Amino acid sequence: MSDTSTFMPVLLWTDALVFLLVGVLCLFAWSCWRSENLRRGWARVAASGIGMGSAVVLALFVAIGLLDSLHFRPALDKPGEGGKVAYSVDVLSVLDVLVAPLRERRERTYSAPLAAVAFQKETIERPDGTQAREFPRLRHGGAHLADPADAPADIAWRAAAGLLAGLVAAAAFCALWIGLLALSRRSSLRVTLADVLHGTSGGANWRAFLLTASVLLVLAAPIAVLSMQYHVLGTSKIGQSVLYLSLKSIRTSLVIGTLTTLVLMPFAVLLGIAAGYFKGWVDDLIQYVYTTIESIPSVLLIAAGVLLIQVYMETRPGLFETSAQRADFRLLMLCVILGLANWTGLCRLLRGEALKLRELEYVQAAHAFGVSHWRIIVRHLAPNMLHIVLISAVMGFSGLVLAEAVLSYVGVGVDPSMISFGTMINDARLEMAREPMVWWSLMAAFGFMLALVLAANLFADVVRDAFDPRSTVRRAGFRIGPARMPDRAGGSA
Amino acid sequence: MIGYLLRRLLYAIPILVGVNLLTFALFFMVNTPDDMARMQLGVKRVTPEAIEDWKRERGYDRPLFVNASAEGTARFTDTIFFDKSVRLFVFDFGFSDDGRDIGREIRERMGPSLAIALPVFVLGLFAYLCAALLLVFFRQTVLDLAGVVACVVLMSVSAMFYIIGGQYLVSKAWRLAPISGFADGAAMVPFLLLPVVIGVVAGLGSSTRWYRTIFLDEMAREYVRTARAKGLSEIRVLFGHVLRNAMIPILTGVVVVIPSLFLGSLLFESFFGIPGLGSYTIDAINAQDFGVVRAMVFLGSVLYILGLVLTDLSYAWVDPRVRFS
Repeated sequence: MSDTSTFMPVLLWTDALVFLLVGVLCLFAWSCWRSENLRRGWARVAASGIGMGSAVVLALFVAIGLLDSLHFRPALDKPGEGGKVAYSVDVLSVLDVLVAPLRERRERTYSAPLAAVAFQKETIERPDGTQAREFPRLRHGGAHLADPADAPADIAWRAAAGLLAGLVAAAAFCALWIGLLALSRRSSLRVTLADVLHGTSGGANWRAFLLTASVLLVLAAPIAVLSMQYHVLGTSKIGQSVLYLSLKSIRTSLVIGTLTTLVLMPFAVLLGIAAGYFKGWVDDLIQYVYTTIESIPSVLLIAAGVLLIQVYMETRPGLFETSAQRADFRLLMLCVILGLANWTGLCRLLRGEALKLRELEYVQAAHAFGVSHWRIIVRHLAPNMLHIVLISAVMGFSGLVLAEAVLSYVGVGVDPSMISFGTMINDARLEMAREPMVWWSLMAAFGFMLALVLAANLFADVVRDAFDPRSTVRRAGFRIGPARMPDRAGGSA
Repeated sequence: MIGYLLRRLLYAIPILVGVNLLTFALFFMVNTPDDMARMQLGVKRVTPEAIEDWKRERGYDRPLFVNASAEGTARFTDTIFFDKSVRLFVFDFGFSDDGRDIGREIRERMGPSLAIALPVFVLGLFAYLCAALLLVFFRQTVLDLAGVVACVVLMSVSAMFYIIGGQYLVSKAWRLAPISGFADGAAMVPFLLLPVVIGVVAGLGSSTRWYRTIFLDEMAREYVRTARAKGLSEIRVLFGHVLRNAMIPILTGVVVVIPSLFLGSLLFESFFGIPGLGSYTIDAINAQDFGVVRAMVFLGSVLYILGLVLTDLSYAWVDPRVRFS
């Protein structure tokens, strides 16, 4: 290690799995592209305004999460023993570098959003030697101001400038996108613009896409401008920017929501198909296993699992090099435990579907031709179950994000040193009794979680309606009844 | 009918045995009692003697399955497996780490848990069914659309925010109810108001949407068209036909949780300081008292299986086809 590199890449366990998941998704996208049926499903999702809008919001969260999954350890300025480059024990991510001003400008303790002075009065020694109780200036928040009383005007100015910048950026983005769209369709700009505005572009709903992206840009720009001089969402008890904490929490939520599904997928798919396809004692055994696991209340099963992992980790203190690796291992184990406690629902669904599919004529025909079990399962059963797996993965995501907060509160969630919405709420809850109340970390966690979970819920509904044949059945049923209005609510059942 | 019931009950036995074996494997084989002792006594300064003492006090110093040093049946009864796991079947939960009888604690704490869980369950079910029927009555109108959107937003908010927000608004800002606490007898009512209301509101979004879907599925059936053709009013169709026929899917989700109401809610009891089984479990988790957690896991599965049996019974009650087959 005598090279002169300025950082050492660190591949945490969850990072590796996140990138594995990205790989799996690419494979899935490829198979979607090849399958006519799945392509049509996604086209329906893209054609829906809610689907497109929530997808944009989710994509933003995912981008932040992915940037936060590229970890490294920066080199220290002074070399270690024998002239080698020594690396800091702090594990940083690319996101940390991008938002370095947020991470580095720490206050001593709480400060309100956009404040220029501290939250509580302190005894300050004046230059002339007298002492006074007043609100001290913050180290960074509004530090450029000569007088903290100028803060409101300064904030208004900067917010207006940011808003303007956001509007310009949004307009530029829309123009660029419409231009590219016109190029790809070989139609004139005016026709494309009219199509997008009227939502008659056919195919994807670009109006919803551009509208959501513009709103996000217009919102983000003033926040970005203001956060150069202020703490837009205030600071936490140890003076960290709440905006930074919220951004870091996104990765934790995404990891739990997605890796849990990755963990439970093999169990649910293999066992579910095996039970439904082979029937007999295999079915009995698998049903027995999942009924047993289901009968244990899941919170208690998860609590038992996490307690055991805690014992394992605490009795082996030398296992991890840095605290980040330790927290990461616990996060991974939490995903594994959640996965092991949650695979039964999907398994049950897939078993039922396999029972149904195996009796269909084309499967029976394949059987009669002497096609092997494995080939029948891979070629004939699995592709027809893909939509169930997809829907349950998307529907499960928001529940897992919500579960993380509750589990962290109960004490069986992520490591207390890991930044997550659960730990944010937990810390903020203790400040409820403070007068005046420290409300901003709670509201920040609330806002970010609501945005993430709401987008996920809306997206899941659209995906289910697009891929689940039953929802088309339901819509057909609507027309039988004496519908008083054209079918509108059926889609959001 | 009796035979059917007996069959269901017999089917529950292997599942309980499975739960028992699974918890035993989790608590004693993944981590050995030595690990637990080291954890409880502090990892750094711990002597082998201290670990042995800790294990002897709690009866963890015996072999797992077969005690070779004992005679007769004691070869199998004087083991960790028999003492800690088999005894659960007669609801002998043993003692917690602070030396209290777990069985007694559970009996004492069931009451407060039930005092919250039961009203939330009953009022909630009533409110959700009413809201869902209302949405179905106004289906495919702006009201329905707004209701569904509200449901999705409501279900996207973590239960913790309902609790924190409710405590702040009702107790702190408006001073209408105590923020937390509990009392025995009739004095408990003011303490119950806030958690019960928040409990009902917290489930409003997802449950209303779920029941609405069930009702809409029923609305598409043939008998609804027949009922309308007979000239029945929409109200009669909804309450007389749709509600009754939707009972089976509703019961599937509802009856199974009734026995588990005893367990209470971890979140609500902890936030509102109610001395029920939920806060007992949280305390045990934080104190890493494995005996209590093991007892709660077993109790939870017993109650769940009881719920499954009750569900089957309720099917027979509402659906003659089940009763006579």
